[in-house]
Amino acid sequence: MKLIVFFGIAIQSMLANKLRSVLTMLGMIIGVGAVIILMSVGAGLQNMITSTFEELGTNLLFVHPSNPEAPGLAALAPGYAINSLTTDDAEAIGRLRSVEAAVPTNENFVRLVVGNDDAVAMMHGSTPGYRQVYGFDMAAGQFISDVNVARRDMVVVLGHNIAEDLFGDANDAVGQMVKIKDKRFTVIGVMAPRGLSSFGFSWDELSVTPITTYQTRLFSQKTPAGEDAVQQMSVQVGNAWTLEEATEEIKNVLRKRHRIGADEDDDFTVISPEQLMGTFETITIALTVFLGLIGSISLLVGSIGIMNIMLVSVTERTREIGLRKAIGAKRRDILLQFLLEAAMLSLSGGAIGLIGAWLITEGISLVDLGGFTLDAVVSPVIVIVAILVSVFIGLVSGIYPAMRAARLNPIDALHYG
Amino acid sequence: MIELKNVTKVYRMGKVDILALRGVSVTIERGEMMSIVGASGSGKSTLMNMIGFLDTPSEGQYIFDGIDVGELNDNRLAVMRSREIGFVFQDYNLLSRATAVSNVELPLVYAGGTRKRHRALEALERVGLAARANHKPTELSGGEQQRVAIARALVNNPALVLADEPTGNLDSSATAEILEIFQALNKEGITVIMVTHEMDIAARAKRMIRLMDGQIISDEKTGMKK
Repeated sequence: MKLIVFFGIAIQSMLANKLRSVLTMLGMIIGVGAVIILMSVGAGLQNMITSTFEELGTNLLFVHPSNPEAPGLAALAPGYAINSLTTDDAEAIGRLRSVEAAVPTNENFVRLVVGNDDAVAMMHGSTPGYRQVYGFDMAAGQFISDVNVARRDMVVVLGHNIAEDLFGDANDAVGQMVKIKDKRFTVIGVMAPRGLSSFGFSWDELSVTPITTYQTRLFSQKTPAGEDAVQQMSVQVGNAWTLEEATEEIKNVLRKRHRIGADEDDDFTVISPEQLMGTFETITIALTVFLGLIGSISLLVGSIGIMNIMLVSVTERTREIGLRKAIGAKRRDILLQFLLEAAMLSLSGGAIGLIGAWLITEGISLVDLGGFTLDAVVSPVIVIVAILVSVFIGLVSGIYPAMRAARLNPIDALHYG
Repeated sequence: MIELKNVTKVYRMGKVDILALRGVSVTIERGEMMSIVGASGSGKSTLMNMIGFLDTPSEGQYIFDGIDVGELNDNRLAVMRSREIGFVFQDYNLLSRATAVSNVELPLVYAGGTRKRHRALEALERVGLAARANHKPTELSGGEQQRVAIARALVNNPALVLADEPTGNLDSSATAEILEIFQALNKEGITVIMVTHEMDIAARAKRMIRLMDGQIISDEKTGMKK
């Protein structure tokens, strides 16, 4: 009963100083808003990563060059890793019992020019196995062949969107010329539309050329021994074999081929999408926590703002407090009244921040980030936590001012000012 | 009802002790109408605060209806104020944001009980302000504001109404009104104690005690002048 009355007093006093209340809430609005947006975006990223790796399937392994000297993840960093892998390595892996296909892939962005039109696309230099591993259908023409790879043919297979951009229609593209790095390539096929990869790129804006052509005509990278280097291999593991067994076989054959001694570390890394996902998840979680901490600083500032305003309010209303005590208010009545007021301020700020954050995350989810969207979600859990945290911050910020109010001597308070 | 025995009150102001009351002994019976007069600094406000459970004696005893007030903790004192006392102040001390009836209701918020609004309206009726129940203090005259304050003092049906310079801010006609209300309340059996420094107002009470330097220098019956 009393609580309802105190609730009314709190709302009245907030409304009596509207501008001040809003300014006080601002810290909470920004703090709660920032934390929720960051958490939602983090959750969205997490979902994206998970679905990406689910899409890849469970029978895939990646082989990357690495630097045996480098610590942890740095071993995989481009430029830091030693170019240790070659197409011969890929062929050797492809011959393993446990391996269905091993596809070497080099990649870089290129500009495709047709007359006055041009388009930027991701160029993959690879082998015919690429189509098998990633499961492509052809809309027109054909995929690169072993002959193309052996002869280093100047041929290219285009993603559906790229073909449409440059030639208007996929069927028209086959047989046409495209200039890449001022060299003339013949379009031999167009891949069927496939849509977005949850990796964040569009399969339809890809182009594929024989890896040998890529290495010699487009982007040359050499191993320390002077051979053409391979950036990455995708290995499809046979159904009868586990990823662990395949990993073991791949390691053995590569160590033998690279003449790595028993006490030396690998100059390559075999990693499964699941492991990779784990790594990405660790990074997103760390990022989310870090950004959340930054948002929390805003909450702290908001909390100090509330405490400050509550202290001002207690001072301003000293006479009122004296009167309330004179007509029978106990200490805990006064304490409760001011605590409730602080909690209300904080909760109102938190609620506004919550609504703002929800609108912003909805907006973020609508933004086209180059062919994909980040599905940022404000989950019910986040909403409940935000409300509880807001009330908690209000209570914590309000406790000291409220105690000061409760302790006021009614005689002094009545004669104040 | 009220029995003060050799009550002393010492305030510490910085490094010096100030003796606000020095050995005050007085007995006040139920149904009395009494005034306390004295110059400022004479200790009359301290005495009133003590009678109203806002303060406790440094030495001596204050017995209210057989209860030793000096023994009570903060909470018990608040309950005693809520149950037994109605305060009326010189500057009304109304909440400016609240309507007259909400102001009158305020003590009931802390005392609890049902039908608060109804009881508040009844109290306003007793001071003849029922028609102004929904006005805010700023929309009322000084006399009306003080009547709202008296209604607030009455709403808990206190045994004792304590008024600190209740007419200090009022013109003569409003003063007359307020004093009539006090006299009417006293006739209904409520004990009324007024603190004032104006002799003609003090003379409207049945009994007058004078304070000087924290001591009672006279305690006399006054003729009820009307």
